Amino acid sequence: MKNFLRSIFLIIFLAGFQYNSNAAEKVEYLKTDWSFKGLFGKFDRASLQRGYQVYTEVCSSCHSMKYLSYRNLAEKGGPEFTELQAKAIAASFEVKDGPNEDGEMFTRPGKLSDKFVMPYENIKAAQAANGGAYPPDMSVLVKARGGGVDYIYSLLQGYEDPPAGITLDDGVYYNKYMYGNKIKMANQLSDGLVEYSDGTKASVEQMSKDVTTFLMWAAEPHLESRHQMGFKAIVYLIILTILVYFSMKRIWSRIKTEV
Amino acid sequence: MSDHEYIPKSKVGKWFNDRLPLLTLANHLTDYPTPKNLNYWWTFGGILTFCLLTQIVTGLVLAMHYIAHADMAFDSVEHIMRDVNYGWLIRYIHANGASMFFLAVYIHIFRSLFYGSYKSPREIIWIIGIIIYLLMMAAAFMGYVLPWGQMSFWGATVITNLFSAIPLVGEGIVTWLWGGYSVDNPTLTRFFTLHYLIPFLILGLVVLHIWALHVPGNNNPVGIDIKKPSKDTVPFHPYIVIKDGFALLMFMIVFAFFVFYTPNILGHADNYIEADPLVTPAHIVPEWYLLPFYAILRSVPDKLLGVVAMLAAIFILAALPWLDTSKIRSAVFRPLYRQFYWILVVDVLVLGYVGAMPAEGLYLLIARVATVYYFLHFLVVLPVLGLKERTLPVPLSITESVLGGSPNLATAKNKESLNN
Repeated sequence: MKNFLRSIFLIIFLAGFQYNSNAAEKVEYLKTDWSFKGLFGKFDRASLQRGYQVYTEVCSSCHSMKYLSYRNLAEKGGPEFTELQAKAIAASFEVKDGPNEDGEMFTRPGKLSDKFVMPYENIKAAQAANGGAYPPDMSVLVKARGGGVDYIYSLLQGYEDPPAGITLDDGVYYNKYMYGNKIKMANQLSDGLVEYSDGTKASVEQMSKDVTTFLMWAAEPHLESRHQMGFKAIVYLIILTILVYFSMKRIWSRIKTEV
Repeated sequence: MSDHEYIPKSKVGKWFNDRLPLLTLANHLTDYPTPKNLNYWWTFGGILTFCLLTQIVTGLVLAMHYIAHADMAFDSVEHIMRDVNYGWLIRYIHANGASMFFLAVYIHIFRSLFYGSYKSPREIIWIIGIIIYLLMMAAAFMGYVLPWGQMSFWGATVITNLFSAIPLVGEGIVTWLWGGYSVDNPTLTRFFTLHYLIPFLILGLVVLHIWALHVPGNNNPVGIDIKKPSKDTVPFHPYIVIKDGFALLMFMIVFAFFVFYTPNILGHADNYIEADPLVTPAHIVPEWYLLPFYAILRSVPDKLLGVVAMLAAIFILAALPWLDTSKIRSAVFRPLYRQFYWILVVDVLVLGYVGAMPAEGLYLLIARVATVYYFLHFLVVLPVLGLKERTLPVPLSITESVLGGSPNLATAKNKESLNN
């Protein structure tokens, strides 16, 4: 048993080492304390709501979020706007619907069941409006980038003047966290860009944190219930394992063999 | 197989059993005499059965919600993750379950290598196991294509393109596999079909694997033949059942940790980007469990020979019972083999590591050395070692080795040992 456990730990250690060195990018991302990390990690409700505000007022003019619906904003484990608030948010968007009985497409105010309205008709239109670069859909963006939340958080604050010797084309910007350092999105955030209704100071750092938290929730809307269920499941398994261990000892005590 | 005729107690039972001897089978399975000295490395057979069934059950549920179409696959996976009740749980169990399955199968295979479980009379069990392992790789590879992310698409492109290395007919075969001139919707639908089929083939082979096992019975850490049943054995139920159950629960704790707390760590971030035939990812890497073979593939400069080397690395395992010339099964009594065994373990881990790295400079050199060593181990070290090695005395029975403390110190009555 002891030998067995020792070997298992050795293998896990080696495998873990192998995996870590896998992430070869050597940039140190900016760090902040994310409330949703850890065994009991939960989203900071206020931060999610502020993050939604940053998304709608800043990001959403170019970035779509096609997998989210307005109803998600009122769901448990998310920003938890009240249903009335979520309805009001939905209604503030014009949604294309149809065809009606006359065969015509029409627009109407959004409903809870509608998906987030996209800023462009299609990818080509998005590219045409952004110098050929498609602003990626943000629904799962956090999971689609190697550095995850730390990467997005850093990127938003990573705009710098290019070092001497690097020339940038028109519409290309220098960002110290971007892969290859060249990014087609201009710096979007500046202190006081949005006005938070809860009085939080809208510094670049604060807005980056809020919107990244919002993106994390968008990518993993069930993160909170996952953490809660995970804790219960693991505690249950540990207790059951202990019980089975003693049953096993008892059964094997009939035989003169170590188990 | 049974050592004694089983007669059901009830009349109905007897009537049924005379017509279909299911009760005899059940009796055989519960009474099955198992060596009592099996250590925890032997619990992975049960764990693997659990993994297979978990994949099948979660896979069935996923298949009810997944849409195998190039335009809808990615969306349908997000639909599962967001809107299907506990869809995220089912999908994360299935995705991490593949990794857990391979973790367990590698332990299972390396256990067999250490204790010589592949040797006579267990060659057929071993070869069926290799076929299962091959099918697992095929199923895992095709399953990884289904979410239709960037790694899905480009992984499929790279792997299917390997077939183009075949002289003359290569290109034709690739077109036939794709169902077109590139990886596209026809490729996705056939991969889905095969991904659904293969687990049931594996299930059938698992039955054969266990059947073949029940003919000679389990090998054991001492590696000697034992009388069955005897004081060296215990009935499968309850002794092995409870022990396997205990080990399975510990395994499930690790499994649960991945599913609930780091569900994406074993995957690649690029697979959350929808497949785009016009954008190639910077590094195309397979899943971790295929990396050693990927390293072997890339360490050969010629494409065809690379493919041959990669396939040979797997198929050479099937020849193992005949490449290993030693009559002694367990590495416990083979001091030299034991050292080479651990060198092989490190070699495979090194191959896995360089498989994840870009194939250039030092990494490529290391990959080449490790590849050469991998084949040397099987083609030179094992045959020679069996003939030259001075093995330790082997005990006559399990009871003797148990009473004598560590098997290494067991005072064997036959000093000449089974070797020579």
